[in-house]
Amino acid sequence: MANEISDTPSAEATSVDSSDLIISIKEMHKWFDDFHVLKDINLDVRRGERIVICGPSGSGKSTLIRCINRLEQHQKGTIIVDGTELTQDLKNIEIIRSEVGMVFQQFNLFPHLTVLENVALAPIWVRKMPRAEAEENAMKYLERVKIPEQASKYPGQLSGGQQQRVAIARSLCMSPRIMLFDEPTSALDPEMIKEVLDVMIELAESGMTMLVVTHEMGFATAVAHRVIFMDGGEIIEENTPQEFFTNPEHDRTKLFLSQILHH
Amino acid sequence: MDAPRDGACWAFIRGSFELFVYGWYPEPERWRVNLSFLLLVIAIFGVLKDNLPGKKYWLWFAVFFPFIAAWLLVGGFGLVPVGTQKIGGILLTIIVGVTGITFSLPLGILLALGRRSHLPVLRAVCVVFIEFIRGVPLITLLFVASTMLTYFLPPGSSFDLLMRVLIMVTIFAAAYIAEVVRGGLQGLSSGQYEAADALGLTYWKAHRLIILPQALKISIPGIVNTFIGLYKDSVLVLIIGMMDILGLGRARLNDPLWLGLAPELYLFIALFFFLCCFSMARYSLGLEKKLRTGHKQ
Repeated sequence: MANEISDTPSAEATSVDSSDLIISIKEMHKWFDDFHVLKDINLDVRRGERIVICGPSGSGKSTLIRCINRLEQHQKGTIIVDGTELTQDLKNIEIIRSEVGMVFQQFNLFPHLTVLENVALAPIWVRKMPRAEAEENAMKYLERVKIPEQASKYPGQLSGGQQQRVAIARSLCMSPRIMLFDEPTSALDPEMIKEVLDVMIELAESGMTMLVVTHEMGFATAVAHRVIFMDGGEIIEENTPQEFFTNPEHDRTKLFLSQILHH
Repeated sequence: MDAPRDGACWAFIRGSFELFVYGWYPEPERWRVNLSFLLLVIAIFGVLKDNLPGKKYWLWFAVFFPFIAAWLLVGGFGLVPVGTQKIGGILLTIIVGVTGITFSLPLGILLALGRRSHLPVLRAVCVVFIEFIRGVPLITLLFVASTMLTYFLPPGSSFDLLMRVLIMVTIFAAAYIAEVVRGGLQGLSSGQYEAADALGLTYWKAHRLIILPQALKISIPGIVNTFIGLYKDSVLVLIIGMMDILGLGRARLNDPLWLGLAPELYLFIALFFFLCCFSMARYSLGLEKKLRTGHKQ
């Protein structure tokens, strides 16, 4: 039953667009009232591609990925996700959201539900999966992020790193085609960053399309196909990680890299 | 008349007890009142007790209870009809309190959600409703119920006074509940809404599964506070001539047989209200404690 729902947009996508683009953003602008947060964003993401987005705070990088699942609404331009254009149409938004997983800086687990309930919730209520099947499935994903033994605890009883891994499992449980990560390790204590990055690297190796807002340059070098640098609401530079780190073109990129690499 | 006495005269309360409980409800039909009280206890038990087998059915029973009780008390459909003007005393107090509590919570939640809606018209309607009802004393609303409401109804239609009072008490409490629940909704971090949205949950599913369970938990003290206020305010119905426990008691004091027994009467009434309200307060404390240990964060 789950596949029935998730297959529709991709069927459309192949008929509309023969290329393997999964996200296509064209001439997109966004304002918060008078503040022009995103300026003329053009970004194409191929299926299976892994992109790291970095930039100083306030550069609009989080806003950009939040536009992809409509947590933020853009005012100009087009965003097409897996063949479905993001418009006011609520039906489209819900389809896209069930296809796109998101991991937040603050984890945003549901504190009144157990870990298992957190992970199984969306498959049960969005995909209409029978509870027993959803819970069995949820356990598989908890094993994948290496915390099956915490299934019956509440989020408040877990460490930050464990909570973030549960949040990743919760997103994966919906079998998303795209995963968005909004600074997934920024709120973690240093000793917990690695356990989360390990899960993300494992996910990258499985071929998942990923957009990751992060300053973890080691992660970017290890898994990203492309690194995008944003500043002042614009995409300033994009390149392969090797080129980006060793040979940045733009002055602002150089400045930013010197700041984050020499602290 | 007011001569010093050596002790309390509880015969007054004992002698008037049936009147105080049933009002003028006809004696042969009083089993219906008793049955309603029994069902009320069962309904409350089903709602409050944890880990009951078949909890779902207990809750459904509680949902239908007000309608079953209404049928039992008013009659019709096979039962001898009893006019609502015969209802008085503790029975009336409990009817007003339980109806107000049962219906004001869902209505108040809807109003709170409406007030935070993105639809301008819906939001405006809810704001006007809440602010208007909150801005008018309950007694005024009860006078509106007893006199003016008939002007708004089609000519010739009669609308039971008790029913009108119940509606007014319910919407009065709902306006307060709405503001309490709105406070709870604002206490949630935006991350909870975003996480629910990002998973593809619809508005209603997100609220039912994620938002309301947490917002209502935060709101428990305020909600119970409103309930207790509503329960005690039910005595105001005596101003429009309905005889609740306080009204009946006061009338009884004028009986030449029982002159000068006001202290016994008021002690009895105070005890009755105190027991009801104190149980609600204790239950709310227990509930908070239970929900807190469930998931400390």
